[in-house]
Amino acid sequence: MDLTILWFWIIAALFIGYFVLDGFDFGVGMSLPFLGKDDTDRRVLINTIGPVWDLNETWVIVAGASLFAAFPEWYATMFSGFYLALLLILVALILRGVSFEYRHQRPESTWKKWFDGMIIVGSAVPALLWGVAFANVVRGVKLDANHDYIGTFFDLLNPYALLGGVTTLLLFFVHGVVFVSLKTEGDIRVRARKLATKAGIVTIVVAASFLVWTTFAYGTVASAIFAALAAVALIASFLANLRGAERLAFGLMAATIGLAVLTLFASLFPDVMPASNDAANSLTITNASSSTYTLGVMSWTALIGMPVILLYQGWTYWVFRKRIGRAQIEVAVH
Amino acid sequence: MNEWLDPLLLSRWQFGLTTVYHFLFVPLTIGLALTVAIFQTAWVRTDKAKYLQLTHFFGKIFLINFAMGVVTGIVQEFQFGMNWSDYSRFVGDVFGAPLAFEGIVAFFLEATFVGLWIFGWDKLPKKIHLATIWLTAIGSIASAYFILAANAFMQNPIAYTINEEKGRAELTSIWELLTNPIALAAFPHTIFACFMVSAGLIISVAAWHLYRNQHLDTMRPALKFGLWMMVIAGVLTTLAGDQLGLAMVEAQPMKMAAAEALYHTATGANASFSIFTLGTPDGVHELFSVRVPYLLSFLSTHTFDGTVEGINNLQSQYVTLYGPGDYTPTIWITYWAFRWMIGLGLAHMLVAVVGLWLTRKGRSPKRTWVWKVAIWSFPFSLLAMSVGWVFTEMGRQPWLVFGMLKTEDGVSPGVSGVEILISLIAFTLLYGILAVVEFRLILKAVQKGPDDAPVPDAESGAVTHAATVY
Repeated sequence: MDLTILWFWIIAALFIGYFVLDGFDFGVGMSLPFLGKDDTDRRVLINTIGPVWDLNETWVIVAGASLFAAFPEWYATMFSGFYLALLLILVALILRGVSFEYRHQRPESTWKKWFDGMIIVGSAVPALLWGVAFANVVRGVKLDANHDYIGTFFDLLNPYALLGGVTTLLLFFVHGVVFVSLKTEGDIRVRARKLATKAGIVTIVVAASFLVWTTFAYGTVASAIFAALAAVALIASFLANLRGAERLAFGLMAATIGLAVLTLFASLFPDVMPASNDAANSLTITNASSSTYTLGVMSWTALIGMPVILLYQGWTYWVFRKRIGRAQIEVAVH
Repeated sequence: MNEWLDPLLLSRWQFGLTTVYHFLFVPLTIGLALTVAIFQTAWVRTDKAKYLQLTHFFGKIFLINFAMGVVTGIVQEFQFGMNWSDYSRFVGDVFGAPLAFEGIVAFFLEATFVGLWIFGWDKLPKKIHLATIWLTAIGSIASAYFILAANAFMQNPIAYTINEEKGRAELTSIWELLTNPIALAAFPHTIFACFMVSAGLIISVAAWHLYRNQHLDTMRPALKFGLWMMVIAGVLTTLAGDQLGLAMVEAQPMKMAAAEALYHTATGANASFSIFTLGTPDGVHELFSVRVPYLLSFLSTHTFDGTVEGINNLQSQYVTLYGPGDYTPTIWITYWAFRWMIGLGLAHMLVAVVGLWLTRKGRSPKRTWVWKVAIWSFPFSLLAMSVGWVFTEMGRQPWLVFGMLKTEDGVSPGVSGVEILISLIAFTLLYGILAVVEFRLILKAVQKGPDDAPVPDAESGAVTHAATVY
């Protein structure tokens, strides 16, 4: 198999890993104003992702670095082209990350309120903007002959991309809320399930429109199949949540996000950054990729490294498999 | 165009600012992970409460610091593409691989096991929990290796071939890239310097409490540990720095000349090392200096009759090689950064040796100034680290990749000065505010001192750990 094709799908897999994992972190963060009635509730919510948010976030570092190594042109065009959007994502991720660590360092409620706000904003902004960014990649942007982005920041805020952003925002929100229902006990678990139902209806409508738009405007046969499967998984997750099958609902949400990312990547293939102004300026898996030697070295690293990583990360989730309730927080705080 | 909106200038300021800032947290992450692992190992082996107290105490400081290292690290990873896209296009085939390795081999390990360590106290068996902090420490040290290998390519590009058709450098041997002589020398130099910074923190913290005559049972052993760590890490940093100097003279003679502000090639006694110089503002004419003869010759070649090439000579060589242009770094920065790095490093070793002498056999110095000096160990060891990096990176200028790509040719052509000004202001404000919050939180944790030792179960003697929550 051609290594550029392999790496196209490895990049897809890394972003799926990132969105599935950090996606529910974003959702949990965004759920604070909806599910966190008091400080103890909010601590329950934050502690559902406490031990794992950092490893989840590391997926974006690995995805970014792998993109750099495997498709330097794609990395260079996308990251410089989406400059301000990525700046906002970085600022948001910084605020969110330090807030988890700083929030509990002082008892004052104003202190905590500040960091709660930053967790909410720091979760919502990346959830929205990653969708906007990837929808723009699929839609195509204006590139010059050197493959540099020549549009403006506001060109990125077109209806299709904004719909993509709202779709990821809602998908991550529901994903996070379902995660809360899976990881907590007591009242908050019940409320999470109800919220997932309410938000689920909106999400199904928005995500379906985005998938249909993607399929008709940019789709291929493969992407249409992925889009259909994503829609089925999303609806199945909604039904599973209604019936209180939390684990199944969460698994199906993860599948939905994975299939939605696959829809976008299948629409792209074999382009990686189509140029909307002149197809000759498009970046493809061929003209954007690294040499066969570098891709070979990277393949071996991924082949040996990733199974080990999945094993110890899976073990981590197993160690922290227990549900969290108000009792644990109250005991630990004394 | 308005020169304040020059994308090159702004991108350089932003990269410098975010990198120096990021590297205020990384040395502590690397050094404290190891320190905490050692304290916890001592506790697991001896069951002595003081080691558990020290583990928790320095563990807390480690974690407050760790979050900042993580979040500012993402900026570093993204910034190559955002601000230096032509650089990324040109070297991505070579430079990307060590970054990806860093993520796959090191960051995942570090990020996963630190979570297990923080929240695993009541969930994992004692020895497995101990293993998690060691794996965190190993992950942080491994990440340093890969990023230094990537940086070494910029200082001393090897293991590549230029693909004329694609207009870029391509990797020819990953093994050669990862065993770049600069990386092999810079790695121990950097890691041991990280241990010095962490030793500086331990000395400062312990001295602060001992000066107030409190927490003696934990802070006395902590001080001893910190002082020994400083001496040992200091000696090793010096030895590794010496090797790095030799490798640097080989790969970048201009950097050594700039470190000494040596304009004319000198041999033997004339190849002297100036400890202090006053010169004209342009740095070309010297008014007064204190010099050690032969020392520069020894540092550069390990012989007393060696020849060290001067800036003027190298400049004309480079013009012949690379065409017209100025190939000289900013001399006053390299000259003074080099001296502050060495001076502060040696001063810390001296402080530590004196400290060990004054506290020998359980003595406790009564003189106030002794403690006051010790308390300043941390900020100054951190400063030594920062100026060391300023020297390394400013000494590479005007090159982005030495002899291959100039800094001015690496900047993103599609990003406007206004956009970069926005991001520069955003990062400056954000980092400034976070620095204040971070400093206060660490200060508060430090001043509170270690918590009381947990009471072991009367029958089994086992210590029950409370669950950790955010």
